[in-house]
Amino acid sequence: MNVLLIAIAAVVVNNFVLSYFVGICPFIGVSKKIDAALSMGIAVTFVMTLTSIVTWLITDLILVRLNMPYLEYVAYIVVIAALVQLVEMFIRKTSPALYKALGIYLPLITTNCAILFVALLQAMRNYNFIQATVFGFAAGIGFTLAIVIMAGIREQLEIADVPRPFRGAAITLITASILALAFMGFSGLIAA
Amino acid sequence: MATKSILAEFTKGFGKDNPTFVQVLGMCPTLAVTTSVVNGLGMGLATLFVLFFSVLITVLIKRVVPDGVRIAVYTVVIATFVTIADLFMRAYAPPLSKALGPYVPLIVVNCIILGRIEAFATKNPAGPALVDAVGMGAGFTVSLIILGAIREILGSGKLLGVSIFGSGFNPLLVMVLPPGAFLALGILMAIFNALKDRNSLVVMEGR
Repeated sequence: MNVLLIAIAAVVVNNFVLSYFVGICPFIGVSKKIDAALSMGIAVTFVMTLTSIVTWLITDLILVRLNMPYLEYVAYIVVIAALVQLVEMFIRKTSPALYKALGIYLPLITTNCAILFVALLQAMRNYNFIQATVFGFAAGIGFTLAIVIMAGIREQLEIADVPRPFRGAAITLITASILALAFMGFSGLIAA
Repeated sequence: MATKSILAEFTKGFGKDNPTFVQVLGMCPTLAVTTSVVNGLGMGLATLFVLFFSVLITVLIKRVVPDGVRIAVYTVVIATFVTIADLFMRAYAPPLSKALGPYVPLIVVNCIILGRIEAFATKNPAGPALVDAVGMGAGFTVSLIILGAIREILGSGKLLGVSIFGSGFNPLLVMVLPPGAFLALGILMAIFNALKDRNSLVVMEGR
């Protein structure tokens, strides 16, 4: 039950993009086409789940035992950078098709703040191993949901007549605002 | 001439190369912490601190850092200064540290910092690089203060915690909630674009 709550909260109620504002760069940059957005979402979900697992292990098995929690940020960012490299090499060897689909998005993920945010939140909330894994996966699904919906809207927006000053990032942000407003409707779903 | 170009290096962060409204960088902190002026100012100053010292270390070590691992090296430098800023805030400004929460460590992945290191500090001498860092950091801080002021006034009817409309004003709560952040930044960006368009039109008519 507890795990289910964490998952629902991470996917819709506290959606990473629309309520925590992390991962905005790819959200704005890679949301022009639905299939590109979906590939990005899958890549992020994959790395996010792994990151949550690995940073949980590092925090609980190394940093806390050695009494060095102040090394958190440095450790996390190094782990994430290394992990993205590893995932990239692994996918290139095992599944060339998937590698082709995710290709350019994988390196971009290192600088995606949503990944670091997963690591920080699971440490801050003292999740156990299973909770951390579910949280990482659900947060990625939430990101995918938001970016795919956004891409769907932007494909329609392409043919709309937008006033000149609003073109580009401005109209995208206002669209995101309305989307965030809609997602706030989910906040009653979980009490407290 | 030399002083003029240094001045230009400093002011571009406020106008034509403003990190928030023109380059659209560092969006996470911009949207997340600007619920009030104080939070915006705190985040801006923390970013300025990290940016300045990361650039300082970068110009000192850039000759000995191998090209292949430079991003990793600079990221670790940035993460170190973010840790210092975070511990400092926890010790001397606990309420601010609490309000900014996990967004302080997120400065590590703020693209403005790595962007300035990659695009400017590694290619220029120490002087201009540091001026550029201060200018960009200050431009970012000003953007956060503007956004924070708008959201605080509309969303809670206050500025710097002081009520300005009296009790008759019904605050637009949505402005301090997530949708308000996107909306305020979107409209500000459109205004910025409109001003830029008008300026370029005036220049063209003047010719």
